[in-house]
Amino acid sequence: MKQFLNSQGLLTQTLPELASPSHLLQLYSDMVTLQLFDKKAINLQRTGNMSTFPPSHGQEALFIGMGRAMQATDVFCPYYRDHGTLMLRGVPMQKILSYWGGNEEGSHFGIQNQDMPITVPIASQLLLAAGVAYAIKKRKQTRAVVASCGDGGTSKGDFYESLNLAGVWKLPIVFVINNNQWAISVPQHAQTASTTIAQKSVAAGFEGFQIDGNDVIAVQYYIEQALNKARNGGGPTLIEAITYRLSDHTTADDASRYQDPDQLAQAWQKEPLARLRTYLKEKGHWSAEQEKILTEKNQQRIQQAVQAYLNQAEPEPEDMFDYLYETLPKELVKQRQSLRKTYRVEA
Amino acid sequence: MKAITLVEAVNQALDYEMSADESIVLLGEDIAKNGGVFRATLDLFDKFGAERVLDTPLAESMIAGIAIGMASQGLKPVAEFQFMGFIYSAFDHIISHASRLRNRTRGRLTCPVVYRAPYGGGIHAPEHHSESTEALFAHIPGLRVVIPSSPARAYGLLLAAIRNPDPVIFLEPKRLYRLFKQVVPNTGQALPLDCCFTLMPGDDITLVTWGAMVYETMLAAKQLGETQGIHCEVIDVATIKPLDMEMIIHSVQKTGRCIIIHEAARNCGVGAEIAANLAEHALMSLLAPVQRITGYDTIMPYYRLEKHYMPSVNKIVHTAQEMMEFV
Repeated sequence: MKQFLNSQGLLTQTLPELASPSHLLQLYSDMVTLQLFDKKAINLQRTGNMSTFPPSHGQEALFIGMGRAMQATDVFCPYYRDHGTLMLRGVPMQKILSYWGGNEEGSHFGIQNQDMPITVPIASQLLLAAGVAYAIKKRKQTRAVVASCGDGGTSKGDFYESLNLAGVWKLPIVFVINNNQWAISVPQHAQTASTTIAQKSVAAGFEGFQIDGNDVIAVQYYIEQALNKARNGGGPTLIEAITYRLSDHTTADDASRYQDPDQLAQAWQKEPLARLRTYLKEKGHWSAEQEKILTEKNQQRIQQAVQAYLNQAEPEPEDMFDYLYETLPKELVKQRQSLRKTYRVEA
Repeated sequence: MKAITLVEAVNQALDYEMSADESIVLLGEDIAKNGGVFRATLDLFDKFGAERVLDTPLAESMIAGIAIGMASQGLKPVAEFQFMGFIYSAFDHIISHASRLRNRTRGRLTCPVVYRAPYGGGIHAPEHHSESTEALFAHIPGLRVVIPSSPARAYGLLLAAIRNPDPVIFLEPKRLYRLFKQVVPNTGQALPLDCCFTLMPGDDITLVTWGAMVYETMLAAKQLGETQGIHCEVIDVATIKPLDMEMIIHSVQKTGRCIIIHEAARNCGVGAEIAANLAEHALMSLLAPVQRITGYDTIMPYYRLEKHYMPSVNKIVHTAQEMMEFV
């Protein structure tokens, strides 16, 4: 498993060039932002202001490192837990809350962006990503695609089909598997008899390896390397990031029904923020005072996004028709008129 | 000008539009050097090259999914499923993504994909090669479902499907692929995607049909006219979704009688939708109950029995006669 910073905050190999003190502070700050955002989102769900939400706890390093590894012109094809990466892709927090708050407008993103929306049917985004990658390759562009899914997703046919195609067409794509050990309640060992997920790339004819998904430096570095390779015609890479889901699957789940508390306690020892904080403190780059300022700044920013989310106007009922086709067929025009009449009468 | 078959018309439309629009790519199984198992993509690989005519690995879900990814980047993929019977593993992508991409991104990304598939029975094909399951797609919001029934309509409707900015399921009745020829000028003229085609005017009965059944229906209509003096109006629906009910209702208001003929199974078939619409909007014009002549609600039999499954000219003629006698 490739790693720079272990769970004690000690270096296991020389840091790469990207790991300047200022950049490490940035990565740490990003992870804190995501952690605080998720706490707030769970709170919104618990207070009836938002529906089901899948938290990032324990996987912040992966989502942040992946986002920082990508260039603006690359394309991201996320799975449903990837909002931390989407934030670094420029998607406003308010839009992420909108999406989980039951409004399609959340996936509009409100910015110029070709990333796929959050994809719920498991692993299907990997094939969308392969199609995007083909379009990039055909046009001989120096861009690449990051396609992400969880460990459960690697049991799906779409996973194998996308790997197979990426290998045979040598597509500019990086598959990042968030192996957080759990597919809702089913543990990794019940998904596959394979020793690693990474080795599944062997059958598809390209490179795959494991990284410590709790080491944000390793995440950014190795995804960056794989993206550079992809952009320069080197083809696909499969990266299995080892993390642990330190939360329920979603706000609708109760992980205490199936998670072993001892295993969970052990996993907390490897949590991604603490190790970087330890390292930064050790090097004299971080203090309790800075932590306090960072937390306050983040909370302010998150609160603004939450306010904007709570204050935003309800979508128009006709929206359910207005983005279905470029030109609404006449039968649907009649249904749209009928809806309009109905809700006006009810109002 | 040489007359061409329906499958040649498909090829001619693909060729025309690929020459005109560089963003079009074809993908599917055996479509490159082999030209497709029905030869719909014959010679296109030689003409447009390996980057635009793509032999994919053998995986239908993959074909459907990558087409959507390509489309999100501004390509216009035309994907071929070798037979409609193999399309089911692609459902997730067609239903969960292709039909929804525009809506779920509020127009940020769109999906101008055409999914072509040979469909229907009557060519003595093996198991899984003869089904007519257009209703499964007609039920899905965000899709269009188009079924041509002649070389000219195959050409014009396929051009329209490719030019349409939303996903289109384009089902080609394989029994008609080489059944007859027409002169189809290669002018790039598209046909509308949201209206039926009246193939024969008449005052007594409206015969509503699509796909290969247009052929039997036209034979029956001619026979009824020539031998019984029953004048049928024949409507080829052609675009199953969106359904142009206006033209059908208008015709039934004139004739007062309607028979819907389709090869697909009856239960929840598109015929049921048409009949329900007639009940809602043309009830007072009806002189007899609306009739459906369809495949049975059985599994499409292997080919020794398929002629018993498919609606026949005789059945259409007989039903029309009975309908004229209804009081």
